Amino acid sequence: MTPKKRQKYEAIIQKSLELFSSKGFYNTTIPDIAGSLKMSVGNMYNYFKSKDALAKDIIHYISSYLGEKIKLINEEDISTKEKTTKIIKMYFDTASSKPEMIDYFLRIYLSNREVFAESCQGMVCVNEFVTEIMIYFEEGVKCGDLRDQDFFSAFGLFMGYLGGMVFLNGENILPKELDEYVEDISNNIYKALSV
Amino acid sequence: MEKLKVLWLSALACNGNTHAFFNYPQLEHFLDNFEFIYHPVIDSQYTLKDIVSKDIDCDILLVEGSVSEEFLRADISIVDIIKKYSKIAKRIVAVGTCASYGGIFKESNYSDVSGLFFKEDQEVERFKEFKDKSINLSGCPVHPEILANTLFAIKKELKITLDAMLRPKEYFAYTIHNGCTRNEYFEYKVDNHEFGELEGCMFYDHGCQAPFTHGSCNKLLWNEVNSKTRSGLPCMGCTEPGFPRENLFSTKKNMGIPEKLPLDIGKRTYLTLAGITKAFKIDRLEKKLMDNK
Repeated sequence: MTPKKRQKYEAIIQKSLELFSSKGFYNTTIPDIAGSLKMSVGNMYNYFKSKDALAKDIIHYISSYLGEKIKLINEEDISTKEKTTKIIKMYFDTASSKPEMIDYFLRIYLSNREVFAESCQGMVCVNEFVTEIMIYFEEGVKCGDLRDQDFFSAFGLFMGYLGGMVFLNGENILPKELDEYVEDISNNIYKALSV
Repeated sequence: MEKLKVLWLSALACNGNTHAFFNYPQLEHFLDNFEFIYHPVIDSQYTLKDIVSKDIDCDILLVEGSVSEEFLRADISIVDIIKKYSKIAKRIVAVGTCASYGGIFKESNYSDVSGLFFKEDQEVERFKEFKDKSINLSGCPVHPEILANTLFAIKKELKITLDAMLRPKEYFAYTIHNGCTRNEYFEYKVDNHEFGELEGCMFYDHGCQAPFTHGSCNKLLWNEVNSKTRSGLPCMGCTEPGFPRENLFSTKKNMGIPEKLPLDIGKRTYLTLAGITKAFKIDRLEKKLMDNK
């Protein structure tokens, strides 16, 4: 993909995320997205063959965005406790600055499995993100900070907690800003996962 | 036919390499080309006493077993016997993992146990001056064909390219995973294995070390028939300097990720591929290959 095409591709993804978040996934059509980007529908189809293909690319895009950020944290020479705090802070920061991104993950990807059933079996479409979480866990166990256990029991605790908090935040139920929960949540998660 | 003179010395050993070598299918042909001036099991021209008390001419020194200064043969330290014949012999071959890297006898009460040139993957000084004319043929035991072929290569003065651990690349540049009949199960992360059965890859749960162990067990089959992994037993990594490790029948994992990954495959590469393949459920691989019903 040429840099110019890549830029357009990302613009489509960003606009789609915004529209899906404000109007809902099923209420947003390809012509809606094309229209708001002042593109012809025909040109849109040069980038995405269908709305389902677009939906799949978006989840890939989010997964690699988050995965790349966690990778940087994983590569830092810091304790598992510090990594835990940094990953949680990064996740909440993203939920605050790009709410449509986490929204898509929670409300569209996890809630409309029929859209992703064909091309996103298992964790194929969120591979980059899950890989980095795996590495964070694995290195934590290896250095003796985290308790060895089944990956999914740890993953469920970690992501379920973060997803729940972002959901409550999205519903405007939380009395404080997400950022203010980072320390407590990091302590809770670290205590639950550590040896 | 001119025969090369071979001296087979047994150091701290279980003689497993000797016994495995007796299964070499062309043993008669081998003995037409090589003569054991001494062998601990086969009748030979000289006795062990002759070997330790005289300087007898030999072309190739074979050492089976780990070495320790304290270990004696005919009242002489094995280290001294090896030193004497290392000077006489044109080539030295460490036969098996004990002679190559120390093996299981590192756990014994003898002091300072090592292989000839290495203790695990660390070089030792003992026989360093002879390293240039030496070859390690690791394995517990070494595959008889690897031993015989290497000796024939020496006889024919062929160039033998060695890896950093002194093993011929001809046999040790591969991993045991090469040629394993369970590769399809490995590719799709299916470890539904039960010991001795045909189905399932043993890397994920059953301790198989084939993807990071150097050797040719699945290229040169044992007794020309089979290999551990083909028959349903995990590779125990017996050709590697760290052999034997503990818990040979279970895969050490950290939060589900195998601690040792396939050779030179980065963690992210492995996890990315594994994550993708794990997503697919392939019915054929979940079933028995042969249904008796």
